[in-house]
Amino acid sequence: MSDYRRIIADGLWTNNQALVALLGLCPLLAVSSTLVNGLGLGLATTSVLVASNVTVSFIRNWVRQEVRLPVFVLVIASFVTAVELAMNAWFHDLYKILGIFIPLIVTNCTIVGRAEAFASRNPVPAAALDGLAMGLGFTLVLMVLGGLRELVGQGTLLSGLHLMFGENLRDFSFSLGSDYHGLILAILPPGAFFGLGLLIALKYVIDRKIEQRAARRNTETEAPSGTAAPAAEG
Amino acid sequence: MDERTRQMLREILLSATVLGVFGILGAALVAFTWSATAERIALNEREMFLRNVYKLVPREEITNDLLKDVITIEAPTLSDAPVKVYRARRNGQPLALIFSPVQRPGYAGPIRLMVGVRADGTLGGVRVLSHSETPGLGDKIDEEKSDWILGFSGRSLDDPPLEKWKVKKDGGVFDQFTGATITPRKVVAAVTDTLLYFRKEKERLFALPAEENPPNAPKH
Repeated sequence: MSDYRRIIADGLWTNNQALVALLGLCPLLAVSSTLVNGLGLGLATTSVLVASNVTVSFIRNWVRQEVRLPVFVLVIASFVTAVELAMNAWFHDLYKILGIFIPLIVTNCTIVGRAEAFASRNPVPAAALDGLAMGLGFTLVLMVLGGLRELVGQGTLLSGLHLMFGENLRDFSFSLGSDYHGLILAILPPGAFFGLGLLIALKYVIDRKIEQRAARRNTETEAPSGTAAPAAEG
Repeated sequence: MDERTRQMLREILLSATVLGVFGILGAALVAFTWSATAERIALNEREMFLRNVYKLVPREEITNDLLKDVITIEAPTLSDAPVKVYRARRNGQPLALIFSPVQRPGYAGPIRLMVGVRADGTLGGVRVLSHSETPGLGDKIDEEKSDWILGFSGRSLDDPPLEKWKVKKDGGVFDQFTGATITPRKVVAAVTDTLLYFRKEKERLFALPAEENPPNAPKH
């Protein structure tokens, strides 16, 4: 049980593929110009990741070591093509926007990385969960970064939601009003780097805080209650 | 052949078989998905194209199937590549021509336009099919970003007169954008050239026989 919990924590936070492993940066930086774009590519990546992890784990005992990697690549490429066709059929407008980045999911190192590092060594349920957690972690970063850039760059949030969920959500988006002209830098590629840098720094700060708190708790439990731990600072 | 060579050959053969089997399985998955989605994708392409067309020429005015009434022209002033002309008719009478794509190098890459000209020479409208102009500056030519492109609808070579078919900075009537003059200048020039071409070639364009096998779904 705790094993599964660790897999989830790894994917969403501890070993987040975008913030810690820094994999898949090409689509991450290029597509995260709006929240909905991020969500779309994130979900596409997640579905490929789950499918490839399950398949790789399923065949892990039959595939010979020498041809392991070519087989993984074949599996991943097939799933990506299938996802691409499916998106073209059912989310045509979003497919038009994400364009080349859907076929490029093949080259997202996260996917072959998880296949090799996790799925080829673990049973199917764990591999499926790992794919899901890693994919969702990646999706969350894409969405936060996309939301950030969209809000700063064009003063809206959730614009284009109707591309994914139908016309009745067209007016669901939030806007800062037409007086806000947007900071173009946030939409341009450098904005993606700034945003990602900020997110990585933020994660680092939070991790430090958690560590400090844990350390303090340790000293408190070690020391008898008479000698109280020094007062917390700041 | 000694034992070791035979062993090695067997290994190689086995590996190749594994790889081959997965190649076939992968191809099967893709083939299956393709056959399940092909029809829908073609429909999407068609719908998306028609959605654009109907913005330039109202649907209820067209009585022919304009996807079947297509000619291809070579017009250096409109585009380096062949341009498709979709001919809308009303009860057999010429109604409008849709030029697509009219192409022009922009600031960052080609700007591809769909231009609809009504039989009397007024513009049904102009839409940007694709562009790679700077986000926040030049991309205001996109209907999703600003209303600028709608300003062409209803205009003709008499309104404004030909010498005023320029952006304001060049002494014309069309707005440029703050920080981006090149992009709107190119679009205005492309639309002007289309109108000039139309004025010169109108009769011929409506009269040419339609192509035998027009592509079912233009990709844009």
